[in-house]
Amino acid sequence: MDLLAKVEELSGENLYACYQCGKCSAGCPMVDQMDLLPNQVILYVIRNDESVVEAKTPWICAQCYQCGTRCPRNVDITKIMEALRLIKLRKNIDYLKIGKVKKNLPQIAVVSATRKYTG
Amino acid sequence: MQRKMKMVRIYIMGKEYRVPEGLTIMKAMEYAGYRYIRGAGCRAGFCGACATVYRKEGDYKLYADLACQTTVEDGMYLVQLPFTPANKAIYDLEKIKADDKTLVNFYPEIARCVSCNTCTKACPQELDVMDYIQASLRGDIAKAAELSFDCIQCGLCALRCPAEIVHYHVAQLARRLYGKYLAPKAKHLEKRVKEIEEGKFDAELKKMMKKSIEELRKMYNARDIEPEEEMPTESD
Amino acid sequence: MQLANIQGEKMEIAYYPGCTLKTNAKEFEESTIEAFKKLGIELKELNKWYCCGTVYSLATDNLMYRLAAIRNLIKVKEEGYDKVVTLCSICYNTLKQANLMAQQDEEAMYKINSFMDEEPDYHGEVEVLHPLEILKGMEEKIKENVVKPLNKKYAVYYGCLLLRPKEVAIDEYENPSVMEKLVEMLGGSVVNFPFKNECCGAYNVVSDREAVVERCYRIVGNARKNGADAIVTSCPLCHFNLSEMQKEIKKTDFVGLPIYYFSQLMVEAFGGRKCKEK
Ligand code: SF4
Ligand code: SF4
Ligand code: SF4
Ligand code: SF4
Ligand code: FES
Repeated sequence: MDLLAKVEELSGENLYACYQCGKCSAGCPMVDQMDLLPNQVILYVIRNDESVVEAKTPWICAQCYQCGTRCPRNVDITKIMEALRLIKLRKNIDYLKIGKVKKNLPQIAVVSATRKYTG
Repeated sequence: MQRKMKMVRIYIMGKEYRVPEGLTIMKAMEYAGYRYIRGAGCRAGFCGACATVYRKEGDYKLYADLACQTTVEDGMYLVQLPFTPANKAIYDLEKIKADDKTLVNFYPEIARCVSCNTCTKACPQELDVMDYIQASLRGDIAKAAELSFDCIQCGLCALRCPAEIVHYHVAQLARRLYGKYLAPKAKHLEKRVKEIEEGKFDAELKKMMKKSIEELRKMYNARDIEPEEEMPTESD
Repeated sequence: MQLANIQGEKMEIAYYPGCTLKTNAKEFEESTIEAFKKLGIELKELNKWYCCGTVYSLATDNLMYRLAAIRNLIKVKEEGYDKVVTLCSICYNTLKQANLMAQQDEEAMYKINSFMDEEPDYHGEVEVLHPLEILKGMEEKIKENVVKPLNKKYAVYYGCLLLRPKEVAIDEYENPSVMEKLVEMLGGSVVNFPFKNECCGAYNVVSDREAVVERCYRIVGNARKNGADAIVTSCPLCHFNLSEMQKEIKKTDFVGLPIYYFSQLMVEAFGGRKCKEK
């Protein structure tokens, strides 16, 4: 299955609905830490450019739902970010060694990290 | 009069055997010609060495149990699990604190628990394994210690857990922390230890050491016996 | 919401704490229980509850990560309640989204119910509430209880998960006002705060702490520029990120602010324990 089909299947989103207005990236609170803007991520996936799977963007995404809430085309980019993370995690490639994280973080942070960064 | 033994079919690692009804899995495997070098200990349901998994004909469930405690049934598919690979955190109990982060610091993977309850279903001791992992995650050491008290470290929960948690090591740390830092101290124990250290019983012991076996035996038989408390049994 | 008619009477409601309410956010739990008691609402902690899994899983096929949330909702039902309140924004979001799935996705629930064969089936019978939703209908009662009106200026911080996705929003998702109204009822004043519904960086604190320190600098810095004396929130992770990361900001122009849970303000205004300065 190619990348686009996989992302569509995991996210349930229609990436072609995007008309690249950039509202998603404009509202994203983590955008200054990203190597690809959220709207660029959509372009990469549509072009089946596998390098997007190696990008930092999906991992720095905080699942805040701002992008999807504001998208005039109803594309839920939050779900697309999750799909990209899962493509790696489901191959048993963890983003983070959970045993190596800083001690004494609140439970809520550690649990979230296991969900988003380990498969 | 000799009654003909009723036989049942079992499959050990895929090979069919006929064994007498009523045997435990452990005895049935021995009857079939297998010899336990590892994976057996007390043969009484206490040591946790004989973890086993099986399926029954026409039943999708994967059962987990102790081989020394479970009777064979016709059409069982069997295999022994003599060991569970598991990492134990390294700590010095004297130096660590018992707070609401201790367990998750040493075993952060408990944060991966998805509450699937598979561990609880697998536990031959019928413990609320999921509940003690959840208590550990939220830093409730006392509850984790209490709920896991009867764990025999058979490893079945850890083998079944999709979150790759090693429950029994987490629980052991919880019980150690509880015992060392949280449980109320037993005053009479402290007193007795002090008496021993101060040599209160030395003379009496020395006297006993000089006695013959015969005399000791007599003393032993005539000793004060505390009233026996009712102990829960396997069948409870 | 039908809770508006509870004014005056005493009522009990199931309370789902979540792990962090028992650890880092104990003061959030204590103050909410205390404040609600004053209002005649008893928050009854569930006998059995499980970590909700925090961040809701978004993949179409990832039901495993939704088991915990559904199991909790089953416990609510089993223990005889039809509503559950949860304080933590993330727990609220997760339970609420899972509940919507339970109500709408029959196929998913068939799978989940048959997987959890030891539990009774669930189809979304319970209602998931955030305390701020309950407070919306209790204006009179709240005002009645104010004995020491707050006299400071607050920046109200919602973060993301009380408002998004919009299906679970406790208020207008782009411009909420429920917490502002509460603070004002308690006697406090509210400053303009454009960051009020922007994410704090959330779990990035585990993997990319610097990124969250940067978020904290901007969010707290902006609240201060707008004249706030403190920030008010409803999320233990926002609270941690905004208070703890302040200590790691190296920029010399930065002056910190105390971070409170909205319930701590309620307790203070109701004549109970005062919020710690700083
Ligand atoms: S906001 Fe929506 S339509 Fe606009 S670029 Fe982003 S995904 Fe595309
Ligand atoms: S969900 Fe992720 S990508 Fe979307 S706005 Fe939030 S941080 Fe950015
Ligand atoms: S808790 Fe785990 S290791 Fe302990 S007895 Fe039960 S299954 Fe065995
Ligand atoms: S088997 Fe593992 S993931 Fe499932 S409830 Fe037990 S500890 Fe949690
Ligand atoms: S051999 Fe010890 S428990 Fe079975």
